[in-house]
Amino acid sequence: MPAWLQWMTSMEYSKPIALLIFFFTFIGILVYVFTGKKRKQRLESYKYIPFADDDVSDTEDEQGKSS
Amino acid sequence: MAHEAVAADSQYNYDIIKRFAVMALVWGILGMFAGTYIAAELAFPFLNFDTPAITFGRLRPVHTTLVIFGFGGSALFATSYYVVQRTCQTPLSSNMLAGFTFWGWQASVLLGVLGYVNGYTQGREYAEFVWPIDLLITVTWVAYFYVYVTTLMRRSQPHIYVANWFYMSFILATAILHIVNNLAVPVSMFSLQSYSAFSGVQDAMTQWWYGHNAVGFFLTAAFLGMMYYFVPKQAGRPVYSYRLSIVHFWALAFLYMWVGAHHLHWTALPDWTSSLAATFSILLLMPSWGGMINGIMTLSGAWDKLRTDPIMLFLITSLAFYGMSTFEGPMMSLKSVNALSHYTDWTIGHVHSGTLGWVAMISFGSFYHMIPRLWDTRLWSKKLVYTHFWLATIGIVLYITAMWISGIGQGLMLRAFDDYGNLAYTFIESVSFMHVPLVTRMLGGIFFVAGILIMAFNVFMTIRTAKREQVEIEAKIAAKMAKVGA
Repeated sequence: MPAWLQWMTSMEYSKPIALLIFFFTFIGILVYVFTGKKRKQRLESYKYIPFADDDVSDTEDEQGKSS
Repeated sequence: MAHEAVAADSQYNYDIIKRFAVMALVWGILGMFAGTYIAAELAFPFLNFDTPAITFGRLRPVHTTLVIFGFGGSALFATSYYVVQRTCQTPLSSNMLAGFTFWGWQASVLLGVLGYVNGYTQGREYAEFVWPIDLLITVTWVAYFYVYVTTLMRRSQPHIYVANWFYMSFILATAILHIVNNLAVPVSMFSLQSYSAFSGVQDAMTQWWYGHNAVGFFLTAAFLGMMYYFVPKQAGRPVYSYRLSIVHFWALAFLYMWVGAHHLHWTALPDWTSSLAATFSILLLMPSWGGMINGIMTLSGAWDKLRTDPIMLFLITSLAFYGMSTFEGPMMSLKSVNALSHYTDWTIGHVHSGTLGWVAMISFGSFYHMIPRLWDTRLWSKKLVYTHFWLATIGIVLYITAMWISGIGQGLMLRAFDDYGNLAYTFIESVSFMHVPLVTRMLGGIFFVAGILIMAFNVFMTIRTAKREQVEIEAKIAAKMAKVGA
């Protein structure tokens, strides 16, 4: 086994490796989420999903009738 | 873009949600009453009445189990089944398995608390269930996971709405935490006792890895799922930034698992481990506040709703408490602060600003939104929602300020030295000092219990009105049909 692979598989170094993987994955997510005009529009369009099933009762003022 | 396909309300399985919602209130009342009673016992110890079953040691896990798993767990089952159906516009994949999750969960909670009052516990904080109940919870949880994932797979939407991501992370993380923390060898096949698979400081580490991630994924991530659906719905406007919600989710998922060891500062745990946990706890402030800002800013341009809508008051106040307790938590994870705060009432106050202020308030707000829709009616009384809100808020403020005074005072007294290096106060002097704050805390609890009792009455009347309306409608239809027939 190559020395660098042996270093990586050592339990002692598993935590810093996991930390680096998580850190760079998170940076990748940040870059993905906050770049690209079309992607921005697409991602922001998803926030309307909870309103796609609006029924009649949702559009009424239904916060109580005895107030 | 989101699809416009909409499933009719009648297609959804609302029956299971109704059952979980009602049981959440039942367990909530019992659990909060148990909490108030043990708070009274600490202020007035004669309330033990020399009866082992109602001493603090036995009732404390009854309180935590009923409020976390009975109330919180049932509220999460109810809202997650509601949110997944409505955001995916598809019914639950299996009504039978969903029904099984209801009975499995309720049986686990009931058997657990019956065991505690009779002295059966495995002595792991927030995981006191004896091993046979742990197995029942595991089976129930696998069924929950299956129902949730297969419902998501049947969605009409191309995208899975972010609230479901939070619920999924809660289901997955809770499964991992529950299984690992409860690894144990039973003493015998017919014994309720067992030995933990871990020992010494590893056991402590495992327990707090479980304990803090239960806070992180059960009491935070899952209720954030609730927030990301019910705050926009009640506000009538979409969440402030969907992209921020994505970053919020991944940041929480990456950071939370590292922080459990901050519960073990100044112990046998290696110093670097608790330092690492404190560092990640400080980092957690950023996603926590990012999520809070995202929730509160959803109301941007519609702040006037806070003057007219008590449900919105519940939801936004819960986010304010979320922000406050997620600032306090990282601060308390600093070793120097922890040296004073740990083993004092400050910790209890911090926990309750999170559980009462955040978890219970967001659940109340979500229930007030959801319950009228489940029974296809309107809330019986809006005024009672206001009354509940103020009782709950005053109760929390009384509770946490009393615990700050008690805890910080306790910490200062136990660490005070005179000029010769002797302790400045005896232990009993610190206990005596805590009496007034403990009575105040009990009063705070009474306010909070009064609030949930009012809510239960309002919900009961709402359901009764809905049933009466239903009967009237059926009678009218029958009369019309009879006329047509004649």
